[in-house]
This record gives sequence, structure tokens and C-alpha cells, in this order.
Amino acid sequence: MRVGVITFPGTLDDRDAARAVNVGGAEAVSLWHADADLKSVDAVILPGGFSYGDYLRCGAISRFAPVMNLVIEAAEKGMPVLGICNGFQVLCESHLLPGALTRNSDLHFLCRDQEIEITNTQTAWTSSYSVGQKIVIPLKNGEGSFQCDDKTLAQLEGEGRVIARYVGQNPNGSRNLIAGISNARGNVVGLMPHPEHAIDPLTGPTAQGLGFFTSILNDMVK
Amino acid sequence: MAKIVVDVMLKPEILDPQGNAVASALPRLGFTFATSVRQGKRFEIEVVGDPTPAQLAEVEKAAEVLLSNPVIENYVVRVEK
Amino acid sequence: MALDTVAIAQTTPEAIQPYAQLGLKPDEYARIRQILGRRPTSSELAMYSVMWSEHCSYKSSKVHLKQFGDKAPKSDALLVGIGENAGVVDVGQGYAVTFKIESHNHPSFVEPYQGAATGIGGIVRDILTMGARPVAVMDPLRFGPADAPDTRRVLPGIVAGVGGYGNCLGLPNIGGEVIFDETYSGNPLVNALCVGVMKHSDIKLAKAAGAGNLVVLYGAKTGGDGIGGVSVLASETFGAGGSTKRPSVQVGDPFVEKVLIECSLEIFAEDLVVGIQDLGGAGLSCATSELASGGSGGMKVALDKVPLRDPSLSPEEILMSESQERMCAIVEPEKLARFLEICAKWDVTVTAIGEVTDGDRLVITWNDEIIVNVPPRTVAHEGPVYNRPMAQPAYIDDVNSQTVKVPIPNTAAEIKATVLELAATPNLADKSWVTSQYDKYVQGNTIQSQPDDSGMVRIDECTHLGVAISTDANANWSYLNPYQGAKLALAEAARNIATAGARPLAVTNCLNFGSPEDPGVMWQFAESVRGLADGCLEMGLPVTGGNVSFYNQTGAVAILPTPVIGVLGVIDDVRTRTPMSFESAGLDLYLLGDTHADLAGSEWAFMHGQRVGQSPTADLAREMRLIEVLLAGRVEKIFSAAHDLSQGGLSAGLTEMVLRHSVGATITLADVGISLLSESPGRVIVAIEPSKTDALSSLAAKYQITLSRLGTTGGNALRINDAVISLDELRTAHTATFQKLFC
Repeated sequence: MRVGVITFPGTLDDRDAARAVNVGGAEAVSLWHADADLKSVDAVILPGGFSYGDYLRCGAISRFAPVMNLVIEAAEKGMPVLGICNGFQVLCESHLLPGALTRNSDLHFLCRDQEIEITNTQTAWTSSYSVGQKIVIPLKNGEGSFQCDDKTLAQLEGEGRVIARYVGQNPNGSRNLIAGISNARGNVVGLMPHPEHAIDPLTGPTAQGLGFFTSILNDMVK
Repeated sequence: MAKIVVDVMLKPEILDPQGNAVASALPRLGFTFATSVRQGKRFEIEVVGDPTPAQLAEVEKAAEVLLSNPVIENYVVRVEK
Repeated sequence: MALDTVAIAQTTPEAIQPYAQLGLKPDEYARIRQILGRRPTSSELAMYSVMWSEHCSYKSSKVHLKQFGDKAPKSDALLVGIGENAGVVDVGQGYAVTFKIESHNHPSFVEPYQGAATGIGGIVRDILTMGARPVAVMDPLRFGPADAPDTRRVLPGIVAGVGGYGNCLGLPNIGGEVIFDETYSGNPLVNALCVGVMKHSDIKLAKAAGAGNLVVLYGAKTGGDGIGGVSVLASETFGAGGSTKRPSVQVGDPFVEKVLIECSLEIFAEDLVVGIQDLGGAGLSCATSELASGGSGGMKVALDKVPLRDPSLSPEEILMSESQERMCAIVEPEKLARFLEICAKWDVTVTAIGEVTDGDRLVITWNDEIIVNVPPRTVAHEGPVYNRPMAQPAYIDDVNSQTVKVPIPNTAAEIKATVLELAATPNLADKSWVTSQYDKYVQGNTIQSQPDDSGMVRIDECTHLGVAISTDANANWSYLNPYQGAKLALAEAARNIATAGARPLAVTNCLNFGSPEDPGVMWQFAESVRGLADGCLEMGLPVTGGNVSFYNQTGAVAILPTPVIGVLGVIDDVRTRTPMSFESAGLDLYLLGDTHADLAGSEWAFMHGQRVGQSPTADLAREMRLIEVLLAGRVEKIFSAAHDLSQGGLSAGLTEMVLRHSVGATITLADVGISLLSESPGRVIVAIEPSKTDALSSLAAKYQITLSRLGTTGGNALRINDAVISLDELRTAHTATFQKLFC
């Protein structure tokens, strides 16, 4: 299985995402933002970082990259797409996911080992987990507060499209402690914390993030 | 030379932690006039000559698609002399 | 507008020039005239004035820093020593590691966020310039008293700047320090360290070789950043017109630097540069004169080709600009096209602004008129060398003859109160408020970061080779005895990395002092350098480079001498490093090393307003034997955990260990007060399985290191004799301080 990992100018966690893909058992394929070429991958990851320096708004400029036109097209046809942190921001700016990520409520960048609860395992990226499973993976961002209007919130909750929620104190002011959401079809997932940094207890708090990268293999076998 | 100004503000229902931080800081410095503060962005766009209605319409589109995120922000376009 | 050219200078020798306003002394100005055989042009005057400044020329420190070379120990690991942008050491398996620490103190007091941010930006570029991928940063920070209003102004800005720039570059922050002392009021210290990794074959040097090779400027456009006093020249020759805003603060853009890093690494990978230099202090003046000096000396540059952000800049201002995120490469003509292609891919501004020439003059033109024609070595390397007067200050004998008078706890209640007080004091309290603003995970190779004794990163994912780094300083000891203070800081940093099982290899240093024009300060500096040089020789650790920051003072009051020492070491397998603390009950705790009544310069003495007494005397032979115990103990799998003792002594060490994984300990101490508070150097707490007791005893005996049993691990409290401090209480005291101070 080939998983594309996109690099925008300013992307930081692309190598870490690729590592996680490889450890998870798939083959990571490097994709360049300016190339309108998905290189026949089966899934795409938009990794974390500060693409375009977070100029204008996080992800606002990346969203117009040539590669994104193909990603949007493929996503609408059902290709699994995972946006981590900055990637989640790009997905929201692209309207592949609803809502928006805004400045952390206490205004500080926050890096911490964050416990989250997986609340939906029917998506392409969460099928390796069980509903209600709690995992600890790093959260590291300055603009991680998920915001949306009441109507959208009701829809996300009503349709079970919140895929992960923060456990304990709200780290950034996200509505309903939302840490991750999916589109209606379940192939596009946005997640604020970083599973790619929890694949090995040697370098991360746990190896509990690996499930995000093995889930798509389950999907294929299905 | 006239310029086109686009003011972008967070929608009223969206949490504005930066505005809140400013509102908290003001009284600490002895300024007690504010009951609330919201923080936004201002874009100043220069064109050749005076802005035409066609250009203003284009700016509206640009504001909708790039300068603001309509999910959480409102914008106002005007001309400033 | 009148351009001051060489031709004009030759015909107007009597023109009055504002050399004093630019910081040059009359004899220095006279020397410039003598070197050139005429008066300098205003551009040349600007170049000499900034390159001959203390910051760039090290004129007050050179005669002392020479000792690092004279007393350099023989080291097979050293690949690039002092003199280049950063030192490089061989760490095995074909890898080379480059590291350096620098200061950005004064700008951070003026504009905390940008001062700290550009400090990080600058040191990262120094590492990049050596041909390495930067892989981590560290930030030793020092502030005035924690509850002072100005600390509340500078600390959050500085921390946000370090985080803002470093996080955006994708560099994990793997350690640092946060120290509070009234000595730093008005003079916060922002020291930044960066470490980078490459293969031996990747090493790049700053030299312009090969006549006909091109001088290529790439990165951000040049603006009026950091020009400051040079504007006096602009107004001299140019009058009104153009922007009057000449910011004295440099403003950084980490996104541009991130792109610069990726672009540069691709350029290096394709072997497209012959030499490279980053533009830091003194911008183009420094880059051109250094590159030219590194080669045969000949270079010509067309200054009007420099891409500008602000078209109103004068040539003098362009030469002095400290706009960030710029690099200068020497490129063979046939490789230029590919160089430009890579820059275009990353959307990096790039321009060929000159070429290397035969001969030995640096010639700079502005619209084809020659405005600079100098021998580059006289600018970059042959600046003034001062032998400043030094004299042992009167306070030394005075404080050394006094003894510390502090309360010594004895009863259970006193012990408990003391441990809690130390746990909560700002210098020892939990620093998560600061460190949680730093990304420690990016790049996925961080093995250790705060609050561990050292930062550690994995270099090779297959072999698990890694490096560890620690930075340390003890200004109290340096104040009481600068010679010993420097040696002790060196030992401390080396011991910190050995505690995890890494072998020390090389040293960098950031020497923060007051004014060199004060003979007492100069004496402190000379003694500190002598101590560090002697210490490095004895420990076999070469100094690979570093930085001097003088003039850290307010009025006539200098800061305490603060030499920050950084030590880098290598570990063959990060998976088997010795962790800082224990995760289970039933382990035995021992103290390696001797405890004496060393309260002079201690945190406890500082908390009671006492900065008197005699500092400990460094016993580097014993420190080196202790390092061997720490390394062997890891290899022989004797240790379950090991934690170095420093400020706060045994009390702080135990507090940090029990809180790390929330496993308590039961400790028995004789002479409990001194045992808890003393800061005798050369001590480490180790935790072992009881089955390893004989192995530990033999190991300690083999290296003649005193071993004393402290107690056992387990429970939900820290028990010291009859005192019982629950982990909850201890954690609350430890973590509340920063929340209270800065939220």
C-alpha cells in the first residue's frame, strides 16, 4: 500500500509521518506541493508543521497548492486522507472538513503528552482502535482550538463524526474537547495531536499512535 | 493615492483569545474605558489609479476566498482616500 | 546624492569622518589610514568600525582565548576547531557533529521576542553553514528576580521567541536553563545552542577559493535591520530622502530560514558550493571579508546587485545591515545554473553579486564606482588586539574570608520545610511552563530533553548512535572564584552527559561578562578562561568554538561572571542510556562522590542572601574517574537510573527523582542538614537492583569513588529520616511557582 506524504514549504513533520507509515507496514511516498501528481498513491497524509510560516492563516496558502486540487478530487472519490495538525488546518481551509482551527485559548504554543479518547473507529484511519480506547500521543501547536458554529457542531456530534476527544482539562479551548473529526464518508480525517510521534516509546510518550497508520491497511484488506 | 482596505474580524460568536488578552491588559496599564476588545486584520491593497467598481468586486471575491476564512471570519471592503 | 568613493577619498584626505561616533578610537582610525594609505571611504569606515567592534573582533578577549589553542588537548575526534563558524567532531560511523553556543543578550532586553528569536536563527545558520542539518537547540536563559516587573516583561517574550522561531524551524528543544538572580536585572542572558549532524564528507568551510568563482547571495532580501549607529554615515553623505526608519532590532522570519535550510541542504548534497558563510553580525561586511580572508584574499562585489527590501538604503547601510536569513556562497560558474534552479524550487531569492579574483584585495563597487578597496584580512582578522588591564577586585578577599551563615534544618519539621522550600524556589522549581512552549518531538529523534540532565538525540535510526549535550554555569561559584567556577562548570556539564552514559568529546562556551574596561571584570574573564582552558586540557576535551558577550552591565554594576559551558558527547546506543529516574519500588539508592560542607555559592545560601565563602575546589582527576564509573555502570548494566547533583544539592536531586515517575523513596542521612543542602561537586545519585550491589561496590572501588547508601525506592512519599513529604505535597510545591509567577 502506497501512502503519499505531502511536503509544503515549511512542513516539518513529513519525515516523521513517512517513518510512521513505513513502521506501520505501508510504503511512504514523498509528494511535492507544486507537483500536480499523486504518484498513484492509495492514501494521502498532510503532515504537521508551519507551512508557509502560517502566513495569513494556518493552511490558508497551502490549500491552493497544485497538489491539493488532486487531493480534493481524490478525497471526494473516497481516497483516505489524514490531516495532522497543520494538515488538519489545510483540510478545513480546503473545506474537505468543516470548522476551523484557531489560536489556543491561552495564547501559548503547547507541547504536551496528551491523552485522547478514540470515539469513532469506522473511519479509514481509526479502525485499528476500539471505541472508547484512550491513548497518549503528543499535542504540539499554537493554533489548535477547534471552532465551528452550533449547527455544524450538532451535525458532527449527531452523525458521530467526532473521531477523538481530549481527556481531562481542555488543552486549547476546542469546542466539546474535539481533537479530531471526519467527513461524512469517513475517508477524510483531521487530527490535531501527532500520532506519528507516538510510534516508539524510545522517542515518544508511547507507541499508541501507530494505530492511525495501520488502520488504512485494515481498510485495504476489507 | 486611494487604496482598497479589507477589514477582517472573527465572527462575534468565535472565541477571540487575543482580543481578551488585550482587554485584560488595558486596565493593568490604567486604561479603563473598554468594555470589550476584539482583534482583527486589515489588508491594504494598492491598485494603479483610483479603484474601479470592477476591481472592488474582484477584491470582494478575493476576500471571500483567501483574505478571510468565512467559516469563522467576516470582512468589510472599502476604499480609503 | 554624494557617493563617497575611493577616488574621492584619495583626493580629500582632510575630510572629517565620524569615526568616534562609530566606536573607533583615534589610534584605530589612524591605523586604518595607514593600512589603506589614504583616508577610508565612508563605506570602508563603516566596515572597519563594525568588524573591529568588540562583538565582531573579540579585541579584548583574543589574548586570553588564545589559551584554548595553546592548551588544546590532543583529540582524535576534532575535525574542525576554533576559527570556523562552529566546531566539528567525529562521533563514529562516518558521522560528524557540529555544535556551538552564542549569545543574544542586549537585543533580548530591548525586544525580548525578536531578540531571542533571532538569537536562535543566528546560531542555527552557523550550524547550517558548516554543511550540517541542524537537529536540535538548547536555551540557557538568565533573568532578574522572578517576581520583578521587568522579568514579567522579558521572560514571556523571550520564551515565546525561542519557541516561536525554533518550533517553526522544526528543531526540537532538548534542554536549557532558567535561572533568576538580581544580577541579571536589566541584563537578561539569552544564550542559544544548536547542534547539527552530517557525514564527514559534507563539511563546508568559509573560504573563497578559485579566481572566477562567483559570490552568490541567497535568502531574505536586505533591509535596514540592525543598522543602528551606522545611519550617521548615511545622513552625512545623503541628507534627507528615503525612509527615516532604521530599526535597531533585527526581525526574524523562521519560515524563510526553514526554507533556507532545506534549500541549502539540497545545494550541499549536490556539491554546488566551494565555500559558504552565513550573514550574522555585521552582515555583508563580515561575510565578504571573512570569505575573502579564507581564500587568497581577492574578491570583487557589486553592491548594487544586492536584492533590497528597502530601496532607499545607502551602500554603507547595505554593508552593515543585519537582515536575517541570508547566506553567501562561493559557486563555480558551471554550477550556478543548478544552484539557481534549487533556489527557484524553494522560492528563495538568489543573486550573484561578485566573484573571487586573483590578488589580495576586497573591492566593492556601487554602480561601477569603487567604494571599498581593502585587504580583507585587516578587516576580518587583524583587528585591534587589546591587553586590557586587569586587577583582582577587592571583593574577592573580602567574600572568601567570610563564612556562609544559614539555618541548617535538623528536626523532621525543619527537614520537610526545607525540602519544600527548595522544591518551590524559582531556580529549582518545575519549568514546564517554559518548556511546554517548545516542541521537543519534531524530527522524531529526541531521546532526552528537559527535565533530564542532558539533551540527547539519536543520529542513526539503524545503529541507534546518539549524541548528548549539556550546558551549565554557576555564577555564584564564578563570582567567588572565577578560576574554579569555570572548571566546576566544565565538570558539571561533562558529568551531566556521562550520567546518561555518553562519553564527553568536545566543548563550546558562551562567556557572559560585564565591561572589559573594568579591570576587575577583565580579571574575572581572564581567570575564567584560564580555568576553562586548564580544565579542558586536563579532561582531554578540546574547545571547538564559542562566543564572548561583554558589556553586560547596568551603569557601573556588572553581572556576576557567567561563563556557560556546553559539553557534547557520544553514546553508541541510545536505547541503553541510563534514565534519569526510577520507575519501580524496591531499588536501592546510592550516592557516588563525597559530600563536604560546601554551602558557599549554594542555592540555599543564595536564598538567604549570602554570596560569600570559598567555592569548592575542582578535582578534575576525580571527576574523570566518576565519569568512567558512570560509563562503565551503563555498559555493565548496573544502573537502573542515575541523576547528577548540582544546584539544590541532594534535596533537589531527590525531589526531581521521586517526582519524575511518581515513585517515592525512603532515605536515611547522617548530618542531615548539610547532607541535603551541600553542593559539593562530583556527585551522582544512582538507583540499582539489590542484585547489583556487589558490582556497584567493585566499580566504585576500582575508580576510587566514594559510595554511600542513601535508601530505597517506593511508596508515595519522600521520607528523609523522620520527615515525610507526600509526593502530592512535593509536586504541588514544585509546580505551583511558575504558574503563580507567569500565568
